[in-house]
Amino acid sequence: MNAEQIYARLEHPFRPWLVGCDFAAIDPWIEVKPDGLADVARYLREQPDLWFDMLHCITAVDYFEPDEKKAAQVEWQPHIELLYHLSSLRHRHRLVLKTSLPRWLDDQPGRLPEAPSVSRIWSTAEWHEREVFDLSGVKFLDHPDLRRILCPEDWPGHPLRKDFVMPPDYHGVPTR
Amino acid sequence: MSNARMPSDSVEFDVHTDEMLINMGPQHPSTHGVLRLVLRTDGEVVTEATPHIGYLHRSAEKIAEKLSPRQFLPYTDRLDYLAAMNMNLGWALCVEKLLGHQVSEKTRHLRVIVCELGRIANHLVAASSSGLDLGSFTPFLWTFREREKIVNLFEEICGARLTYSYITVGGVTADAPTGWLKRCEEFLDQFVPVIDDLHALLTNNAIFVHRMVNVGVMPPEMAVDYGCTGPVLRGSGVDWDLRRDGEPIYTDMYAGYTWNVIAPINGRYPTDHPCPPVPFDAVVGDSWHRYFVRMLEVVQSIDIIRQAIAGYSQAGGEVDRPMAIKQKLPKGTAYLETEAPKGQMGFMIVADGTPIPWRVRIRSSSFSNLSIVPELCRGVMLADVPAILASLDFVLGEIDR
Repeated sequence: MNAEQIYARLEHPFRPWLVGCDFAAIDPWIEVKPDGLADVARYLREQPDLWFDMLHCITAVDYFEPDEKKAAQVEWQPHIELLYHLSSLRHRHRLVLKTSLPRWLDDQPGRLPEAPSVSRIWSTAEWHEREVFDLSGVKFLDHPDLRRILCPEDWPGHPLRKDFVMPPDYHGVPTR
Repeated sequence: MSNARMPSDSVEFDVHTDEMLINMGPQHPSTHGVLRLVLRTDGEVVTEATPHIGYLHRSAEKIAEKLSPRQFLPYTDRLDYLAAMNMNLGWALCVEKLLGHQVSEKTRHLRVIVCELGRIANHLVAASSSGLDLGSFTPFLWTFREREKIVNLFEEICGARLTYSYITVGGVTADAPTGWLKRCEEFLDQFVPVIDDLHALLTNNAIFVHRMVNVGVMPPEMAVDYGCTGPVLRGSGVDWDLRRDGEPIYTDMYAGYTWNVIAPINGRYPTDHPCPPVPFDAVVGDSWHRYFVRMLEVVQSIDIIRQAIAGYSQAGGEVDRPMAIKQKLPKGTAYLETEAPKGQMGFMIVADGTPIPWRVRIRSSSFSNLSIVPELCRGVMLADVPAILASLDFVLGEIDR
């Protein structure tokens, strides 16, 4: 199945959740609302003709331009995009599932945006979501063990955010 | 009243020892780098294993947001430093996918030669360090002797012994020097009989077999669920190899070659070469099968290299030169996975029209392969933990990035 057919397959049960798609992109993608992410993911995993049994990767991309001059030129609003790269070993098809989150929950800096966890659908998501939480600052609801994975437990901030500022020192150790 | 009791009555089966937390690593030799495992043990039995990673985190993804793809290439060497050629290839192909660039026939054969040599070098270390972790020292020295010859070949072609940066965006940094292909063939010719020695030392070694067989059994569904790839996935009997099943830009590299995906299907391995029998008590998905898949892939890589050498010699023209260091990248996102020796290595590049990527993501194969450790190590004997870890063949440089 190509992405277009998969989209048609999802349209009937999930029409309100689907917000965008691009079949001409290098990697065709389908975008869903964060609230519908877990349901769509479970559907993709469990339907016999879709059967996306492997989750390759979860990526968070921070769309934010700290430089005000450059920020005036960009064509997007600040947001965080989550990408799920899926494939089916049985049917040999691929899909990129996207969802878009605000950078901060309720626009209050410091409150992490929330997305549903898919770790109950694909076990590999457990570590990938921990990594996204650690480095990009996305809180995954219903995750069994959401703690930092690569950075130390008391590390300040989320390094892969575009506005991350490296602290001058960490426990007395200079970082520069 | 008789005091005579049956001996078995005096054995209390429900006695549990004090629970103990054991820190394995981050400097433990069998954790292959700086992995720390916290083991909760009940006597000799591990009830829970929790991996702690990140000791080698160098924020490669953040660094990539400040550099052009060619400038970032040397950093990919430092991911899986035992198979740096394959890391270079993953990143180079990912950027080429974004650019829509196709390399020449000669370049693709040359890339296959170095990548498969890298795979042999990696699998030699993986197989022999499994032996080392279980107390057998000889194979480790023997394979390092062979690996050294591959490293010498690499040194000749690119000047570096570990961090090659050879395969680069657009092509390779230099053509093979005169006589290099011949020396490759000479290496392969003398290497083939050595594989039998390794089989004798490890594959059929009674102690090794006992330690690896039926240990850390991973059913295929579980392997896929945890995103395990590469020999770890194929050891569970899943017929999946990106060199055959991947995206066109990657499979085109191997177009025209004849080879099989090494995975036990119905208890049989699809190989034309004589190889030792599978031990009768081995279960598909156990540590022994993961080890054996690697050993057979070494033989298969030799076949592929021979075909690639022939293809390279017949191909006309020049090898492709790398693209400009600060070439503008088209707006777009490209994600590509390649079959690195340890599993599927994925790179993603998000470009915004400037020469510097907006975001780079590295999907590490060992990262997913390691995430299954808590599941595999639950309820095994303490001494089996090194056997399971060795059979997963991970490198922490790639996990922590």
